[in-house]
Amino acid sequence: MIINTIFYYFREAATSLIRNSWLTVASVGTIIISLLILGSSVLLVLNVREVASDLESSLEITVFLDDGLEQERLEQLEEEIKFVPGVSSVNFVTKEQALENLKESFGDKAELLSGLEKDNPLPNSYTVKTREANMVPSAARQLTELEGVDQVRYGQGVVENLLALTHWVRIWGTLALLVLGVAAVLLIATTIRMSVFARRREIGIMKMLGATNIFVRMPFMLEGMIIGLTGGFVAAVMIHFGYASLLNKVMISLPFIHLVDDSNSIYQVLGALLGAGFLIGTLGSAISLRRFLKV
Amino acid sequence: MIQLYNVSKTYQNKVQALNGITLHINKGEFVFLVGPSGAGKSTLTKLICREELPTHGQVIVNGRSLPRMKNRQVPYLRRKMGMVYQDFRLIPNKTVFENVAFALEIIGASRSEIRQAVPEALRMVGMEKKLNMRPYQLSGGEQQRTAVARAIVNNPALILADEPTGNLDPDTSWELMKLFMDINSLGTTILMATHAWDIVDEMKKRVVQLENGVIVRDEEGGVYGHDH
Repeated sequence: MIINTIFYYFREAATSLIRNSWLTVASVGTIIISLLILGSSVLLVLNVREVASDLESSLEITVFLDDGLEQERLEQLEEEIKFVPGVSSVNFVTKEQALENLKESFGDKAELLSGLEKDNPLPNSYTVKTREANMVPSAARQLTELEGVDQVRYGQGVVENLLALTHWVRIWGTLALLVLGVAAVLLIATTIRMSVFARRREIGIMKMLGATNIFVRMPFMLEGMIIGLTGGFVAAVMIHFGYASLLNKVMISLPFIHLVDDSNSIYQVLGALLGAGFLIGTLGSAISLRRFLKV
Repeated sequence: MIQLYNVSKTYQNKVQALNGITLHINKGEFVFLVGPSGAGKSTLTKLICREELPTHGQVIVNGRSLPRMKNRQVPYLRRKMGMVYQDFRLIPNKTVFENVAFALEIIGASRSEIRQAVPEALRMVGMEKKLNMRPYQLSGGEQQRTAVARAIVNNPALILADEPTGNLDPDTSWELMKLFMDINSLGTTILMATHAWDIVDEMKKRVVQLENGVIVRDEEGGVYGHDH
């Protein structure tokens, strides 16, 4: 008997969905768009965080030295650098070595640099690493003070910029999501309202025959849930394949950028999309039934 | 079965439909509710199935006070009564069988109960040969008989009929009244609001006459009235 009733709920919900097909499509579409925005902003934030923490952990300080320092001073300087708080390793890079490194990073276009060997413009330098990423700025400041140091460079601003980007993505993503989410909820409420209106006679008959509130409302609730879940599912599938192809492309053309690719976090995002769709659908139905179906 | 004590009903638009009605109907009675349009007949039936609540007074059905009844208990009250209306209130895209079965589906009856009870009710009203037809394929009398089958399919103790013959021709009306008498003879209480004076006069049942929201006559074996 319970199975008959459940079957009845689904049949009625399906009938309504088909009867108001254009509204159904519009509501599903709105949910898909809102959830696509939600999904991509979440993935973007996750990835920017990942890249930022990658950068932080690989941050090193390059200490460019004045030209023409004596060997004795160089050795002394290395000791002084090691003495700066937070410094974990120091590596001397000769100007010849620096030019080699530069050529290497130019790859097949290295001939552009030919001829520089005679009058190498690059200075000698020390590559300094710190024990923790957040020690970089203070260590860099102290390194600047040392005698014989020309310039100190590290990824100033890069990390800060990335984190600022996540901040804005989060704000605008949330805003867009809120606006579209409200639109989706209202569209579903309208869809359900149309279904209630189309079946008001039948609802009256059901009440006359002693149908409980749950029995009258359930098909409409189910209708909203189906819309929400469908939207969530389509958005999740689109994000899934879209992100997989993005990962692929990045892997081939930008191999040094490491994106979030563990399936656990991705499936969590997809699950959240499905859940959000369900929530939107249920909320829309509930609002509509509350207002238009006084049982 | 039904007791009304000093019941008044004033609608929100200030129309006073009933004014101090006291009425008792016993189990197994057949009662006609007569009177001109706007006398309060429909309001009275609505109070008994708790579609409306009285402004003053007490309504008791099956020993339960309706004004005190919680909303969620109303469905269970209605399952113990069958309702028949002038406009039949069948669901157009369901067959005769499905319309009657719907009353049982709603209360969560099993398939085997439905397969047993629906043909029985349809036999009772003489619609057993048309169970796969849809309402628009039926005459008014057949539609109303289907509605009666739906009203009796879960063996209610009470049938409320609001002008059941209002859309039917005289011969068909008589057939329907015979059906109601058969149902009544099996012990079901029937309260019928009607304008059909010829039927009321012929059947010699208890007649309650309403005028301007007041009971002006209540007699056993009565006739419709003198002013028709």
